[in-house]
Amino acid sequence: MEITELTVHELQDKLKSKEISITDITKAYIERIEQKENDVQAFVTVLKDEALEQAKDIQEKVETGKIKGEFAGIPIGIKDNMCTKGIKTTCSSRMLENFISPYDATVVEKIKNENIIDLGKLNMDEFAMGGSTEYSYFKKTKNPWNLNKVPGGSSGGSAAAVAANMVPWALGSDTGGSIRQPSSFCGVVGLKPTYGLVSRYGLVAFASSLDQIGPITKDVQDAAMLLNIIAGHDERDSTSANREKVDYTKALTGNVKGLKIGVPKEFFGEGINEEVKASLQKAIEKYKELGAQVEEFSLDIAKYALATYYIIACAEASSNLGRFDGIRYGYRTPEYKDLKDLYRKSRSEGFGPEVKRRIILGTYVLSSGYYDAYYKKAQKVRTLVMNEFNKGFEKYDVILTPTSPTVAFDLGSKTNAPLEMYLADICTVSVNIAGLPGISIPSGVDSEGMPIGMQLIGNRFCEETILNAAYTYQQATKFRENHKPEFKK
Amino acid sequence: MSREDYEVVIGLEIHAELATKTKIFCSCPTKFGGSPNTQTCPICMAMPGTLPVLNEKVVEYAVKAGLATNCTISKDSKNDRKNYFYPDLPKAYQISQYDKPLCEHGYVEIDTEHGKKKIRLLRIHIEEDAGKLNHDEFAGDSLVDLNRAGVPLIEMVSEPDISSAEEAEAYMRKIKSILEYIEVSDCKMQEGSLRADVNVSVKKKGDTKLGTRTEMKNMNSFKSIERAIKYEVDRQIDVIEDGGKVEQETLRWDDVSGKTFPMRDKEDAQDYRYFPDPDLVAIRLSDEYVENIRKSLPELPESRKERYLKDYKLSEKDARLITSSKYLSDLFEKAIEVCNNPKAVNNWIISDISRILNETEMDPIEIPFDGNQLGKLIILIDKGTISTSIAKKVLEELFENPRDPEEIIKEKGWIQISDEGAIKEIVQKVLSENPKSVADYKAGKDKALGYLVGQAMKQTKGKANPQMLNQMFKEELK
Amino acid sequence: MKVSREEILHIANLADLYLEENEIDTYLTHLQEILNFANIVNNAPVDDLNVTIGANENKNVFRKDEVKIFEDNASLLQNAPSKEQNMFKIPKVIN
Repeated sequence: MEITELTVHELQDKLKSKEISITDITKAYIERIEQKENDVQAFVTVLKDEALEQAKDIQEKVETGKIKGEFAGIPIGIKDNMCTKGIKTTCSSRMLENFISPYDATVVEKIKNENIIDLGKLNMDEFAMGGSTEYSYFKKTKNPWNLNKVPGGSSGGSAAAVAANMVPWALGSDTGGSIRQPSSFCGVVGLKPTYGLVSRYGLVAFASSLDQIGPITKDVQDAAMLLNIIAGHDERDSTSANREKVDYTKALTGNVKGLKIGVPKEFFGEGINEEVKASLQKAIEKYKELGAQVEEFSLDIAKYALATYYIIACAEASSNLGRFDGIRYGYRTPEYKDLKDLYRKSRSEGFGPEVKRRIILGTYVLSSGYYDAYYKKAQKVRTLVMNEFNKGFEKYDVILTPTSPTVAFDLGSKTNAPLEMYLADICTVSVNIAGLPGISIPSGVDSEGMPIGMQLIGNRFCEETILNAAYTYQQATKFRENHKPEFKK
Repeated sequence: MSREDYEVVIGLEIHAELATKTKIFCSCPTKFGGSPNTQTCPICMAMPGTLPVLNEKVVEYAVKAGLATNCTISKDSKNDRKNYFYPDLPKAYQISQYDKPLCEHGYVEIDTEHGKKKIRLLRIHIEEDAGKLNHDEFAGDSLVDLNRAGVPLIEMVSEPDISSAEEAEAYMRKIKSILEYIEVSDCKMQEGSLRADVNVSVKKKGDTKLGTRTEMKNMNSFKSIERAIKYEVDRQIDVIEDGGKVEQETLRWDDVSGKTFPMRDKEDAQDYRYFPDPDLVAIRLSDEYVENIRKSLPELPESRKERYLKDYKLSEKDARLITSSKYLSDLFEKAIEVCNNPKAVNNWIISDISRILNETEMDPIEIPFDGNQLGKLIILIDKGTISTSIAKKVLEELFENPRDPEEIIKEKGWIQISDEGAIKEIVQKVLSENPKSVADYKAGKDKALGYLVGQAMKQTKGKANPQMLNQMFKEELK
Repeated sequence: MKVSREEILHIANLADLYLEENEIDTYLTHLQEILNFANIVNNAPVDDLNVTIGANENKNVFRKDEVKIFEDNASLLQNAPSKEQNMFKIPKVIN
């Protein structure tokens, strides 16, 4: 079996048994990237030489016993909105085309402390705003299952790279579904942790009260391992939760007997593709076979949550993106007559249309006269959404929904219809609004062989529950063994 | 109508930089005058991905200020973003407090010619200071220095209870002295760590409706505040008397021309789009927390003043002047400890020391010597080691180059001549040189004695003990 | 709510963005479309509910008042489009 087809826990076994070496792994991945990047276009920056160098160095240190660590020499890919000292962090925006961060994000520090090797920075929708990665200033990433389709977004580069075996695992960020939806489109595993479980320090902010960093992996064990590495309290992030550390891999028992799963019927209504519904129905039957108690219930918040999401996310974004003014860093227009002109030209030329659209919407809902009707209302709806989920979790351990109403759609099919693109987030945003953990795993494929994603939502800080539910389903259905991306042209 | 037919309504928004070691949301030092951008980090430079974490001392100091000005301390408080673009504001929003300030509804008392007057405080909130713009005159560029960006401020907003320039100055002085006493700000106005936005409006006496107000920004000296208000009041009254209307606008006070000028209007009516900062979390202060701070408050000017009236029998006026500044007041108490002569210490402070402060436009905080040295100086007078006229010279020396007064007079050879023999010699010398005065005295002109003593003083450069001289002359002239 | 051309231009000014003549109508249509959809928050049963600011129960998260110097000062200005004397250079601002 090819090295690049292995999961991280499989790589660990082969390293332990000395079947392969650290340098073998990095070499294999660099080769794979060179083969596939033309088709997939997943990377903004590839760190070929740096990675090979690092691999040699780490291998030596491991052999001479200078360093230990179960992840030493394992490669990774990082979404390009996490700050990496000395390496470009572009957010796939012209605004930050040449930006080099003076510091490492907390998650990047944690990765480095494990001697994990960064293969490069992965493509995304500009400033994480979008659901198809078509809003990247640099390139359009393709879906490895069908190169004419989008990988989803905004972490499309991360999901596509994992699916195409160009990285063993990757970090993504999720504000309204940006880890889960591309994971679902690309047939991989994506976990959006509870708000506050992973530090946001060094994640270029889109919407501060919704953003979370999380793992995108080939299987659930890897997701649990990567979460072990990145989770934890950070005094540099006031919203970071101060809790005892958990080993999430210990939760993977493969047993869901007696697990209470709630299925909100509103998440299976109009707008949800029939093949998606069918695949999820089969998954539900499978869970019943495995001994879980599955029950339908009403959770009528999806539409409110979606509207609320776009109000809150854009309001926060309009403020968070104010700092990109062409003065301290980032794009500055070559010609300007005064300061105002410098600001406006730099921002208008440095930001793409979707970013500007959201800045305008966000500025509008915060501006005097509209604050109460939109922003303040949305904050109340946020309370409503949380209350409704709380009721749900009084009855159920896990809430099961589709990750996305459809499978991956054709490139260019939605870029001119923003609202349609927004509606595709209907299943995922409420999880961010309520700050809950959600995981997307493949439930099956549709008639064209495109992956379908199932979302499992847990109560706050109950990652263990949804990881085990996902793991148990994965072990029972063996999606990876039966389905592989074909790079259809 | 004349000036007398108008009432003046003034409100102050005082900004005080807090004396914390680090900035409000990052661990950079707050020291004044570092070379450009050396007291910065990714956070106060608003690098992408950075996050603020609130400095606990900022909350503590703001609560102190609130308690010292009789405010109610809010149990629930939060930080909000005030959004606008300006190059000294790197995030393009200022983290401030909008609808839930830390402190509300306080007051301070000021002394006016009609006795005490309460000035109410609407609120005190915490916020971050902005950076500085330096202007390169030749190249015609501006240069941004962010050392000051993120230095913690409290903004103290008064109710419009102030009705004259004098009251405004008294209020500002009172706030300054309180902040100095509780040691939350060094209040160095020349460094801009204490500054005020002044709102002024006028209305016809008896009118219930307030007139249109104008705002003068960033005033940082008592003199300019007083002058600016007087000018602005006259200007507004003239406008109205000429049948015009006062424009609501922001003005810049120019100290040189002694005039106010409208600041260039922002092309858009400002809309700051305040909203709660999602990067920061709620502030909940327990009664216990607030009580502990209340207990830790030092004695405030009012109570010190009362004590001075009672214990040292100071006049109301003197006590007010001395307690108006923590540094004067501390000097006073320390000196008394040393020399145990309150009357003398009081006199030295209100006369000579105050005179020098005025002449040199020095703030009491800048007095180079301490109460110990002042006390010793007074002891030297009381022991008769030096005369008062010498003491004045010693005081000047203390301002010049402070050290132990004893050393000073030794060095300068200013020790008083109190030796019988030496005095006798001088007296005889003076007598022999001034036969006419001697004759006059004997002829009953007592004034002559004074002249002779003066001569003796002249010859000893003021070092001879005046009482002994008097004695000796009288005896010799018997 | 109906958004006027003037309004969207005012909003663009607040956000310091220029909208090209040919862009204005597109942005206007999109904004209108999204707002029409977003209006459903006004039908939500929330009258007796409080606002939620963040998905987070943290309170009183404070930092000790201890100085930490950021060592790599040069890296803070390395991205500046224009600088002079360790300061960021911008067109003259009269205030």
